[in-house]
Amino acid sequence: MLTELMLTGLARFMSGASIRWVDCQPDTCQRVYFANHTSHIDVVLVWSSLPRYVRRLTRPVAAKDYWSKGMLRRHIARTYNAMLIDRREIKVHQSPVDLMLREIGDTHSVIIFPEGSRSSGEQVGEFKSGLYYISKKRPDIELVPVYLDNMNRILPREEFLPIPLLSCITFGPPMWLENGESKNDFLERARNAVLKLRRIDNDDD
Amino acid sequence: MTSDELNWAMAGVVGSVLTVATVVGWVLERKQNQLGLNPAAIGTFNSRLRSWWIMCCLLAVAFWRATPTVMLFGAVSFWALREYITLTPTRLGDHRALGWMFYVIAPLHFVLVAFNQYALYSILIPVYGFLFIPLRVAIAGDTKRFLERVAKIQTGLLICVYCLGFAPALLYLKSIENYTDRARLLFFFVVVAILAESLQFLWDKLYGQHVVAPEINGTRTWEGVLGGAVTTAFIGAAFHVFTPYTQVWHTALVCLLVAVMVFAGAMTMSAIKRDRGVRDYGTLVEGHGGVLDRIDGICFAAPIFYHVSEHLLSFG
Repeated sequence: MLTELMLTGLARFMSGASIRWVDCQPDTCQRVYFANHTSHIDVVLVWSSLPRYVRRLTRPVAAKDYWSKGMLRRHIARTYNAMLIDRREIKVHQSPVDLMLREIGDTHSVIIFPEGSRSSGEQVGEFKSGLYYISKKRPDIELVPVYLDNMNRILPREEFLPIPLLSCITFGPPMWLENGESKNDFLERARNAVLKLRRIDNDDD
Repeated sequence: MTSDELNWAMAGVVGSVLTVATVVGWVLERKQNQLGLNPAAIGTFNSRLRSWWIMCCLLAVAFWRATPTVMLFGAVSFWALREYITLTPTRLGDHRALGWMFYVIAPLHFVLVAFNQYALYSILIPVYGFLFIPLRVAIAGDTKRFLERVAKIQTGLLICVYCLGFAPALLYLKSIENYTDRARLLFFFVVVAILAESLQFLWDKLYGQHVVAPEINGTRTWEGVLGGAVTTAFIGAAFHVFTPYTQVWHTALVCLLVAVMVFAGAMTMSAIKRDRGVRDYGTLVEGHGGVLDRIDGICFAAPIFYHVSEHLLSFG
């Protein structure tokens, strides 16, 4: 509880994040939030920008090999109720997507970063196919695109010290896998949904 | 009048002017349809008023203690700096230099102000900071647009940290014996800066003919600058009793200078904003007030006000 409060507070202060919901509202229905990934604190930020009642039902997905090493990382992973997925040992019927879907059951939502690893910044990389398989196996889950703006400058990949600039987290309209849509088309559409949020202008005064 | 009575009189004057303006703004908002006024202009007016109330209320802390006031200005400076850098494109190689700026140079500047180390804080940024930043950027090894990136960081430090630091530094002016007199001078300075901004706006609207630089700002005119500055000087001189200056024309002179510097600040920051293609620093990120938009004039006027005041007071 204390760790959560401190980490979340620190992440929110450092990122000066403002949150926008564009054609989308916070909801407790099952969702997959997929975001562009540029910094270590992305997960905490997306998670903390959800309202408390949604947060309780939302679990970040993290790599098991990284987050189960050492006391501190394990503690942090527990704090955020993270779902640790083994990305090394992939067996038949034990694919990360299957594991994840089993874990979330009928109640939880998840936060994923479909680029796989953190990208260097400006560009949003190609999406890995996980998102497609989730949607194919569970067509009822809403897929919500999330765009994190400026996070690559706050905490770039090789740095450890965040610079307290201002950032913006935008949640976009939910999407689903269309009937008969191919994997590549769908992944491209999902990627464009994230990119589109970058260009939405603020309604200034 | 004693120093305390003057403080209360000044607070009374500022408070009543703001109250009247608030009532006017409120009435305009209710009656905007009947009067056929531009609702956006009324909205801007009311949001400006709100920020002036906040500034004046926060600044009241100066009458209590100097250190919390310096901390307050430090916090404002931090927020302005993060708005500025957010808007200014930097590259990955600047990350460490930005870290030094945010975590070492800027806090150290305000610590030195709080300890009244004029000899140190007056050169910390323009000498040590300005020499260190290019070095740190060079060590990062990215040569692309090197000079431009260095200049961006240096400008941010100069405007948001160094210049703003001279406002709370007024609380340590040696030539004024009484602390509350110094606090009143700081309050006077901020109120004059706000006044100059609104008078310039008024002159622009009423008599504006010759736009200074249409590419930078389409509404600022030479009539606004001159008319605003002269009016500010007259109004400021009328409240000469609140200031520590010995001559009325001293008060008029500093008010004139503040008005000109407020214009300079708005113009310079407008140029940076236009270059980046935004209207306000605040609107880059929705929901943030745009601190730098409100204090750009104060940033530019503070060092000049400090310097001229010091000389006028010590030579009598």
